[in-house]
Amino acid sequence: MAGLASRSIAVCLLALFFSGSAQGQSGPPLVADLIEEQVSITLGFSGTDLLLFGATDEIGDIVVVVRGPTGNVTVRRKERIGGIWVNRDHATFDEVPGFYLIASTGPINETVPLEIRRNKELGLDMLSLDPTEDITQEESEAFRAALIRNKQRQGLYAAMPGSVELQSGRLFRTNVTFPSNVPTGIYTVEVILLRDDKIVEVTLTPLVVDRRGFEALVFSFAHVRPMVYGLFAILIALIAGWFAGFAFRKI
Amino acid sequence: MNLYLPIAELSVNAFLLLSMGGAVGFLSGLFGVGGGFLMTPLLIFIGVPPAVAVGTEANQIVASSVSGVIAHMRRRNVDFKMGFFLTIGGFIGSSAGVILFTFLNKLGQVDLLISLSYVVFLGTVGSLMLFESLRSIIRLRKTGTASRGKLHQHNWLHGLPFKVRFRRSRLYVSALLPIIIGIFVGVLAAIMGVGGGFIMVPAMIYILGMPTAVVVGTSLFQIIFVTANVTLLQAINNQTVDILLALILLTGAVIGAQIGTKMGTRLRAEYLRGLLAGIVLAACSKMGWDLVATPEDVYSISEGLAGGGH
Repeated sequence: MAGLASRSIAVCLLALFFSGSAQGQSGPPLVADLIEEQVSITLGFSGTDLLLFGATDEIGDIVVVVRGPTGNVTVRRKERIGGIWVNRDHATFDEVPGFYLIASTGPINETVPLEIRRNKELGLDMLSLDPTEDITQEESEAFRAALIRNKQRQGLYAAMPGSVELQSGRLFRTNVTFPSNVPTGIYTVEVILLRDDKIVEVTLTPLVVDRRGFEALVFSFAHVRPMVYGLFAILIALIAGWFAGFAFRKI
Repeated sequence: MNLYLPIAELSVNAFLLLSMGGAVGFLSGLFGVGGGFLMTPLLIFIGVPPAVAVGTEANQIVASSVSGVIAHMRRRNVDFKMGFFLTIGGFIGSSAGVILFTFLNKLGQVDLLISLSYVVFLGTVGSLMLFESLRSIIRLRKTGTASRGKLHQHNWLHGLPFKVRFRRSRLYVSALLPIIIGIFVGVLAAIMGVGGGFIMVPAMIYILGMPTAVVVGTSLFQIIFVTANVTLLQAINNQTVDILLALILLTGAVIGAQIGTKMGTRLRAEYLRGLLAGIVLAACSKMGWDLVATPEDVYSISEGLAGGGH
């Protein structure tokens, strides 16, 4: 509840700020901010919602794009061989965003011209993903679609037209949902204001997703000192096993 | 209460993990088996990546084997000399197994390898157990006593060189024999995320001809070293050992095993074996079905490049 209250306060403050500046006709056409600029993966982490809010000087369409850090992804296709399903062909993709969420006030296919969508990669169908292998157009399309479909199933890619709520025409807000399997790294939150089929203003806000506390400790231990970590894991198991054997001796 | 597992990178309910540990621990106490063959598929089923399931389960088996071996050592039911030779083989086999696992993981074929190993070995062992227990149950019904045939016959295996005397097992056999068995079971332990007791115990009885009293203790003894080796190698090569997950499973397993052991003493061995055979075959069928059933999506994705590191 405390979070909700602070969100309402933040939105109210923003509204006050804008009602003042709008009268002077000197404010920027678009401001936007996240309630927090950090997502911390802690021991109890099971996904989180971040509120994104902002205001515009006049009525327009708002598109919000959240992109995660990029990396290589391999897509594999199973084929039935002798009755069992086996991974056969594969395609690899470079610079695939680990997270991609697009939210907007309306259906972007109707409100945003194709050229802008293509240039700014707005929409899952506009992501520039091409396999590094030399394969046919048809194959390439199939693997690309499979990549997006799988990411959607994992909750890491989403398109949510209509999920940016407008209040009194100039204030807007939307919830950005990060599932528990969200990749770590530096994210960018891009908010685009469009009017009459043209981009009026774009804001970029960075967002950091990282491990904290116990999670950071164990993860870095396992990756920085893998051998010591392995020996430590064995030691813990030996002690735990010995303790269990000792504790239940009398039963 | 949800916990984010640091290595599996997965948010899972802590009570679900505790009950999984408890249920598998109960069965392992009841039947006197390690339970890795049930836990690893269960972990994969709830979404733990196969590599993490195998590495973490190896770590957990270290602990449960230590607590098991303590009880057997107290009864002097461990043949350390035999255990030593089995462990030599086990080290070689499990190291090779982890290398094979790492290689196939990069090729995207590790899931297939795990499933096929489970289907083949659980299927074989389960069927043999079922057949054997049904036979002894029928014999029990007819005569009122369960007796078994001759333990082992002399064959060509006893003609191998490098003969060593094993006093506790009252055997005089080639040291190559336990080493070869150790290698074979070690490979399976590394690939399947199991201790390998379900292969090791029959091999000790039927191939080596060890007395049944020392079989389980000696098997547990060598499992400690083999699974410790798998834990270390998986941690170094793949960073796939989740300490938190292993500890939660272990806690559940220890408690479950105590209850299972008490229940086990009240049931007849023939029925227990039949029941265990049923569970083994059920796990095998599930794995087999997943191999042949048309998947929801024939495409799957993984981070990193095919054939390269991550």
